[in-house]
Amino acid sequence: MDTVKRIYNKNREVYRLLLIIVLWMIFMAITKFKKFYSFKNFQTIASQFPEYGLMALGCMLCMMTGGIDLSCVGVANLTSILVVNLLIAQFGAEGSMPLGYTVVLFAVAVVLGAVAGAFNGFLISTVGVPPILATLGVNELLTGISIVLTGGSPVSSFPKEFCELFSTNIGGVVPVRLVMFIVVAIVIWFMLEKTDYGLKIKLLGTNQNVAKFSGLNNVGLLMKTYITAGICSALGGMLMMSNYASVRADYGSQYTMQAILIVVLGGVSPNGGTGKLSGVCTAIVLLKLLESGINRFHNISSYYISLIWGGVLILALVMDYFSNGQHKKV
Amino acid sequence: MSKTLKKLTRKSEFYTFLIIVVLAIAIEIASGQFFTANNFVDILNAMIVPGLFAIAEFMVLVSGGIEVSFPAAASLTVYATTKLLLDKGYEGGIFLPLIMVIVIGAVLGAFNGFLIGYMNLTPMIVTLGASSVFKGIMQGALNSKQLAVIPAGMKKFGVDALFVSTNPVSGLTSKMPMTFIVFVVALILAYILLNYTFFGRAIYAIGGNPQSARCAGYKVERTKFLIYVISGAIAGIGGLCRVCVMQQCHPTNMLGMEMNVIAGVVLGGTAITGGSGSLAGCFLGTLLIVMVENSMIMLGIPTTWKNVFTGALIVIGVGISALQVKRAEKAAELARQEKA
Repeated sequence: MDTVKRIYNKNREVYRLLLIIVLWMIFMAITKFKKFYSFKNFQTIASQFPEYGLMALGCMLCMMTGGIDLSCVGVANLTSILVVNLLIAQFGAEGSMPLGYTVVLFAVAVVLGAVAGAFNGFLISTVGVPPILATLGVNELLTGISIVLTGGSPVSSFPKEFCELFSTNIGGVVPVRLVMFIVVAIVIWFMLEKTDYGLKIKLLGTNQNVAKFSGLNNVGLLMKTYITAGICSALGGMLMMSNYASVRADYGSQYTMQAILIVVLGGVSPNGGTGKLSGVCTAIVLLKLLESGINRFHNISSYYISLIWGGVLILALVMDYFSNGQHKKV
Repeated sequence: MSKTLKKLTRKSEFYTFLIIVVLAIAIEIASGQFFTANNFVDILNAMIVPGLFAIAEFMVLVSGGIEVSFPAAASLTVYATTKLLLDKGYEGGIFLPLIMVIVIGAVLGAFNGFLIGYMNLTPMIVTLGASSVFKGIMQGALNSKQLAVIPAGMKKFGVDALFVSTNPVSGLTSKMPMTFIVFVVALILAYILLNYTFFGRAIYAIGGNPQSARCAGYKVERTKFLIYVISGAIAGIGGLCRVCVMQQCHPTNMLGMEMNVIAGVVLGGTAITGGSGSLAGCFLGTLLIVMVENSMIMLGIPTTWKNVFTGALIVIGVGISALQVKRAEKAAELARQEKA
């Protein structure tokens, strides 16, 4: 029994989420087995969660430093709109794009994300603006630029080769978007676990002054964190564009909320200093399974989803409050 | 330089005021329509609802928290009130709706307040979650639709004019609605509360340093709880004012206002870290945001640029206030070193 307890406590967040996943899968198996348990459904799930999954990964890094990234949706939309503008400028609205050009698109997206992230990082680390306000303001600014560029309406006539490429499944099984998510997740895992960056940002998140006097370069670390988050959001924007096959200034407005919900559910403390990639990845999958499952019940209005997400977020915070409180008593 | 002027230039409210004056002159030069009586009435009229929200947000920010759920809370409150009164065939005056929005708003605020005050959870994330919950209750559970008719009492309150001002040149008239009184009363009450009561002192104290405030004998948990209750009630009143003046209840119309309201309060010099700020600054900052939004048409700027301007204003505003905090800290550090 002790061994079980030890293993459970070692990775409490992940096991707790896995337990919820198992319960939910059993519930779905009893109620909507045929509609939920199909290969097609799981494939759809795997090709849809990477969009906000990527944003959640970026947000996770920021929250580990004690900050937050509320600009992810703004960065994603502006990136996809600028990329589409580039496509139209290069090949015309009706033209076709050689597949090799995908590399250029991704390079552009990464640069745009890095610039937006660097702007956030500059405001937070050098100017000293609280992360909530800085990223909220930058989100407003970037969304504003997106509205100006598109006039607020969707743009859907542009070369679609990129969207088609990213909507296919490798060997008919593995969605390309999932592969992309896994690649980014591995890069972040490497940064967190195999370099000293992970330990450093956790120290920074625990106590900024201690980190400073321990000789850490706080400004550099924050810049690196927000630039990485910006790149993650920009890549998320590319996936959103391939999914919707159009771009618009206000797509995915609920993703900010979802990204934060995922990070908190995944066991990252909003005050910074703790968190594991495995927890966040499990939370990403859980959220999509929940959403997909709820969608199988047609009599539940889709508006309830925002109620459920908000409720789950607050519930997760409250659960943390009680489990931490008991932790202290022991 | 005289002493009063020196004192004045140290206040961030002064700079906000300067920006407002410069902007006003710029708009006057561009359009020739700024310094007219009806334009002032229009701007003050547009300021009523954001102004009410700003008072609530101001108290929360001073206490070191942040509140992003008030547009959703206001929408839910006023939708539930209007729907209930319509279903009951209510024919009376404005007082019952007013009391109802205050009570419902306070209950929603108490939800935030309990989680933030007594459980000490992060305000940003709690209110973000609460915003989603309120929206879900309104659109899912209450199945909200646009209500084209509102109860007669509310309608009358919205139509009645406090006074009407006419532009002698263009002949355009602008009407100041009765809701302006609500705004003025709220402003006066907030001023008294913040400056002349123990509770007001407590708000500033816990925003400055919660531990010290606790040691000084302030009840930190209860104060935080009450701040969010009051802020919920004010949000409800703001929502009611909006619906009365618009003459219809549009459930999603107010969502997304939180950005501009926070921007206004912060531009008025309220420290986002809590503990300092003045109601006058809050008023000026909100006025600045409303002016920018209202005057874009006068300046011939397409309205699609609205978000760019508010976003830029927020980034620049919070940047300057952050730099000011940094400079003050550095000065304090230097003074300490000199003493030693």
